[in-house]
Amino acid sequence: MSPSVRLQEMIRVIRGARTQGEERGVIQRECAAIRAQFRQADNGTRSHNLAKLLYVHMLGYPAHFGQMECVRLIASPRYNEKRVGYLGAMMLLDEKQDASLLITNSIKNDLSHSSQYVQSLALCTLGCMGSAEMCRDLAPEIDRLLRASNSYIKKKAALCAVHIVRKVPELGELFTPASRSLLSEKNHGVLHGAVVLITELCERNPETLEQFRKAVPELVQIMKGLVMSGYSPEHNVAGISDPFLQVRILRLLRILGRNNETASDAVNDLLAQVATNTDSSKTAGSAVLYETVLTVMDIKSESGLRVLAVNILGRFLLNNDRNIRYISMTSLQKIVQTDHNAVQRHRGTIVDCLKDQDASVKRRALELSLALVSAVNIRSLMKELLLFLSSCPPELRAHTTSGIFNAAERYAPSQRWHIDTILHVLTTAGGDVRDETVPNLIQLITTATELHCYTVHKLYRALIADISVQSLVQVACWCIGEYGDLLLRGECEETEPVQVAEDDVLDALETVLQSHMSSPATRGFALTATMKLSTRITHNVDRIRSIVSIYGSCIDVELQQRAVEYNALFKKYDHMRPGKTLGPNYRLFMTFVSHSHPPQSVQLQMKAPSGDVIPAHGLGQVTQTVLLNNPNKVSLKMRVRVCYTSQDFVCQDTVQIDSFPSPAW
Amino acid sequence: MMHFLLLFSRQGKLRLQKWFTPIPEREKKKIVRDMTTMVLGRKPRSCNFLHWKDLKIVYKKYASLYFCCGLDAEENELLALEVLHRYVELLDKYFGNVCELDIIFNFEKAYFILDEFLLGGEVQETSKQVVSRSIEASDMLQEVSERPCSR
Repeated sequence: MSPSVRLQEMIRVIRGARTQGEERGVIQRECAAIRAQFRQADNGTRSHNLAKLLYVHMLGYPAHFGQMECVRLIASPRYNEKRVGYLGAMMLLDEKQDASLLITNSIKNDLSHSSQYVQSLALCTLGCMGSAEMCRDLAPEIDRLLRASNSYIKKKAALCAVHIVRKVPELGELFTPASRSLLSEKNHGVLHGAVVLITELCERNPETLEQFRKAVPELVQIMKGLVMSGYSPEHNVAGISDPFLQVRILRLLRILGRNNETASDAVNDLLAQVATNTDSSKTAGSAVLYETVLTVMDIKSESGLRVLAVNILGRFLLNNDRNIRYISMTSLQKIVQTDHNAVQRHRGTIVDCLKDQDASVKRRALELSLALVSAVNIRSLMKELLLFLSSCPPELRAHTTSGIFNAAERYAPSQRWHIDTILHVLTTAGGDVRDETVPNLIQLITTATELHCYTVHKLYRALIADISVQSLVQVACWCIGEYGDLLLRGECEETEPVQVAEDDVLDALETVLQSHMSSPATRGFALTATMKLSTRITHNVDRIRSIVSIYGSCIDVELQQRAVEYNALFKKYDHMRPGKTLGPNYRLFMTFVSHSHPPQSVQLQMKAPSGDVIPAHGLGQVTQTVLLNNPNKVSLKMRVRVCYTSQDFVCQDTVQIDSFPSPAW
Repeated sequence: MMHFLLLFSRQGKLRLQKWFTPIPEREKKKIVRDMTTMVLGRKPRSCNFLHWKDLKIVYKKYASLYFCCGLDAEENELLALEVLHRYVELLDKYFGNVCELDIIFNFEKAYFILDEFLLGGEVQETSKQVVSRSIEASDMLQEVSERPCSR
């Protein structure tokens, strides 16, 4: 029976095992038999036993007892044993095992073997798992083979040299002369190996790079030959002559042309030629075009060539192949800052990719779209982004909302547009916005004085439609508390006014107060708004008073405290009430300086203010406690902004706190 | 360069593993687990490129086998697809309409073919015919050396 059938028989038996336990049993028996046979004298079955062991190893079982067998088999004079021995070495030995050093001598001998197939085994193994020590030992041999051998060996020696240089960079000098002359070889395998080796040498040594710049004309010639040559059956892939070699040459030209005018000039024509003559209907051609684009963008190309490259990327965006769309986007992302105008021309296609099925393509399209927002395109682009937000995958929502807010803040064409946009986002994805959205929006609304009527109408409508989105509800409550009188007036320039009675407005606020969907913070907003309305309405002050007093015994301490204080205000300042819009909309904003968000470890808790009214003539004060928890003792600086109204004017004071008492950090 | 090439089935069974950088056994197992989880979890019409740590992962499904490789960040992904495709073509030529069972029962041959196509994580021969001829010649040499009279 031919020995290799025994290997296949074993595989069959293992696969026939019905449970993991049964498989383990079979394998244990086989391994025991293999071990025993290894200990015996040479009986012609060694290579097959090792092959069996390698199979078992691939299934995930330990096989280290086969390491010495690999060493022995490699030293055998028989090709079939060497073949499996070297395979075993590549699978079981790596440079960290001591046994790997033992094969150095065998490799050395085999590198000079009379059979090129034995030489090949040694080269392949050295290039795959050779340690730094082995590499140092055998480098002169490899150099010899680079110079004087047939093309079958030369191409392998070149890649072996690449491995050696990766392990022992100083040895690069040794291989530089030989690699230069390899460029004049005709054999594609050797050429490819040579280009890879030269690339490696140039990447590691700037002086070598300088030397090889002189080889640019030669490389250009080789490349031209490949691009303009007719059909070559041996190297043709989908109409492209040796795309593997073309891509490697383009990459080497990129490295040589980077930051160098002369080298870049010398390749300009070639790159234009490749870009226009390469058929990209299949992946092979697209791969070459892709590498060409990368090279154009990385060296000092003429502007016309750069535009050509960006247009290729734009064409890729329309390709049916999803892979090509994806790499086009990643490339465009890299150049959107440096070649902004060229990329802008493809904005339409990029925005269309927001609708792509593939999640990675969608994500890239979002990044690019946000990078392309400008004052000129903000309106149309925002429409697309908002459309995207309504159907975008959940994992992208937070990123999308913050991108939209940033863009809106930078390029809003009007305050009304800005407010509308933020409200749209809150309605669509209010649960995925950052915490500071609420105070930021309040701030924005406050400063847009001509739009107060418009804004309160919009927010009121949103509130009665849906009270589940906390951020939106909070802003709506605040706005109604602040500008409720404009709502009740029944007239508005910018939008259809609502006809609401005071009771309707109070109903809406009470619904928020009572709903289980409302968070404690939201309830606070609603209660404060209800309170503020007591100075803006005339008929329902008693209803407000009763709502407030109910919450005086609320289980939520925050709410209770607020309600009790508001109750007190009712009693104390009743005489000031009629006719005066005195109630200040006191709001304390605190932001951390030099951080766009508070440092992660610091927690901020703002207690309710001690009151809502600062009496005139210095007759009293309002205090508000802010608790800071700073467990990591991070150094803090804060900017405190206080907003309030006084006699119908919205006022704002800002103060910066640069140093906190030392126990704080 | 290519850091590794893995072939695994739809059930996540490993059929071939080639490593071009020295990695401890335990970490190899982890990488294999990560790759199979990531690739098998992809939706049917996703693109063939992924990111994992600082590597680009390129994978392609051929019949019941996934071919998955890990590349340096500066590698050309589209070309990597061509590399995987070329390997499949070489297997196909050798086994004649290759299927997963061929690779299971002749795994060592799959490695020998790979070792004539890639070396040290780079393409070593760009001509299909040259690779096929080298394998044929090596196989013949093996046959000769296996005969008892050549002892």
